Amino acid sequence: MPAYYKMEFEKPLDELDQQIEAAESQLKAVTARAENPEARESLSDENVLLLQGQIDRLRDQREGLLASLYQKLGPWETVRVARHPKRPQTRDYIELITKDFCELHGDRRFGDDPAMVTGFARIGKQRVLVVGHQKGRTTQEKIACHFGCAHPEGYRKALLKMQLAEKYHLPIVTFVDTPGAYPGIGAEQRGQAEAIAVNLREMSRLKTPIVSIVIGEGGSGGALGIAVADRVAMMQFAWYSVISPEGCAAILWKEANEQTNSAAAAALRLTAKDNLELGIIDAIIPEPVGGSHRDQTGAAKNLEAWVLSALEELKGLSGDDLIAHRYARFRKLGQFAEV
Amino acid sequence: MTTSPTPPSTTAPASSAAALAATTAKAGKRPAVRTWSDLRSETATRRSAIPEGLWLRCPGCSQMIYRRQMEANLHCCPECQHHYRLSASERVKQLTDPNTFEPMWQGLRPTDPLKFRDLKPYPERLAAEAVKSGVNEGCLAGTGFIKGRPVMLACLDLSFMLGSMGSVVGEIITRAIEHATAENLPLVIVSCSGGARMQESGLSLMQMAKTSAALARYDEAGGLFISVLTDPTTGGVTASFAMLGDIIFAEPKALIGFAGPRVIQQTIRQELPDGFQRSEYLLTAGIVDRVVARPQLRTEIARVIDYAGK
Repeated sequence: MPAYYKMEFEKPLDELDQQIEAAESQLKAVTARAENPEARESLSDENVLLLQGQIDRLRDQREGLLASLYQKLGPWETVRVARHPKRPQTRDYIELITKDFCELHGDRRFGDDPAMVTGFARIGKQRVLVVGHQKGRTTQEKIACHFGCAHPEGYRKALLKMQLAEKYHLPIVTFVDTPGAYPGIGAEQRGQAEAIAVNLREMSRLKTPIVSIVIGEGGSGGALGIAVADRVAMMQFAWYSVISPEGCAAILWKEANEQTNSAAAAALRLTAKDNLELGIIDAIIPEPVGGSHRDQTGAAKNLEAWVLSALEELKGLSGDDLIAHRYARFRKLGQFAEV
Repeated sequence: MTTSPTPPSTTAPASSAAALAATTAKAGKRPAVRTWSDLRSETATRRSAIPEGLWLRCPGCSQMIYRRQMEANLHCCPECQHHYRLSASERVKQLTDPNTFEPMWQGLRPTDPLKFRDLKPYPERLAAEAVKSGVNEGCLAGTGFIKGRPVMLACLDLSFMLGSMGSVVGEIITRAIEHATAENLPLVIVSCSGGARMQESGLSLMQMAKTSAALARYDEAGGLFISVLTDPTTGGVTASFAMLGDIIFAEPKALIGFAGPRVIQQTIRQELPDGFQRSEYLLTAGIVDRVVARPQLRTEIARVIDYAGK
């Protein structure tokens, strides 16, 4: 685990790791002495067995602890996991579940936004168009991608390619992973709000199946801008909400610190479970024990299975049926009283 | 009833009902002590969101101006035409022909689906906002006539939680769009909002998709949507229906944007250009069709309807 991304709730796990490490080095030292005939008599087989047993017990304990820690993850802890630097990103999923990815660049108007990845690909036997936010892995990539915050040209690029997919009856798979759309001078000048708004309107009437997965962060309009879909799922430890916990804490609690962020995260009901209960998403994709950052392949396998089953469900529907159902899906969202 | 001097509030707001009951219970004695905050909320019901006083200093030109004169001038400064913020009902009054506006869906009330609690629980906040603003939610919609042309009109109301869009506002806007579609009416939405409402979190976010999807259907039906942006229009409202007008008008010097200026400044850590995110700036950026001053708004809307309406 990178030292620069510590998660407080994993502290007991780190302690166990240290104990295991200590026991292992002890065992190593003991076996090393065993090679040396002079020290032979000071060492018994029982000693080795005892150490071995201790290590096994610690390992079991660690496994149980990991599972239980992630089973009762709080909302703020979930946000921390969703932002883990080793968590699989759009390009990782493309690598892991698709074949023959044919990347398509640019919005034909202004430029090519690296924070938005688009292209043709195959998932199983299914040909699809993939659209997704990219945060970037190395520092250089992260800066180029603005840490996953797309510009208007990113949203316009996504729409352009999605309309292409509609033309050729290709299903669309979108990966949502953004803290929010980029707030900057150029973004405002080029119509960030308009770009997102147009995506919302146009996605609602694309006559081809659309499935969306919030793989990490689902930050507000920037996330929704590629998530008006027939089926929406969230990875188990992703978050999806109208504002980031920090943003909410800064406004409603007047300051953003560890405590208020945590309170805001809980108030916003941003976890996969909450969003499922509110009817905002249709499914939760389980993550491997200890989160996707520990097992990217396992996460990708679960995601692929869900995508294929969702696409299978939508297969028989005509374009008109699709948009009618999609409209109904979003039309019913919202809770109010009528007097 | 004895000579119990009840507070001089004409319409008893919900939250002071309890205080009133307490007062009458101790009939004959002095009424329960009223605090400063009570007095403030009482005066707030009488005149919503507008500071008291006959004279006020205009934030545009720093002149002392007579309130009555400002109000008679469509709530614009008589000296510099600074546009003061309007409540939804005042906006409706200004835009529609007299006695033609018929409000709809007035019975929609916000609930607390998330059990949202920050420094103050959401239901308490809602109650306080209702008392302060005299309205039950941040949107007023209905049919009416503008210079003799029938329209579907919806106006957001800054005085209720900064015109933020939660389930109710999203639902009213969507119903307005659907009604305009069904009745073949031109649609006028006057926006002013802080964005999507945090207290309804994901549900507020979904109102962006819901309203935009309804506009897609209205568009298919060939409807004319005139979006009027007023100070301030930001966040999730801008990033959904407000920016989807077939025609987009903006009132002079209105703040219009996706992210707020403070957030942008914190992100990029440099000074923002002069007039950034103001109507005139957006006009040169190619984002709005026309900057229209308040006295011309009715005429301009009618003109566009004559060109593009059905």
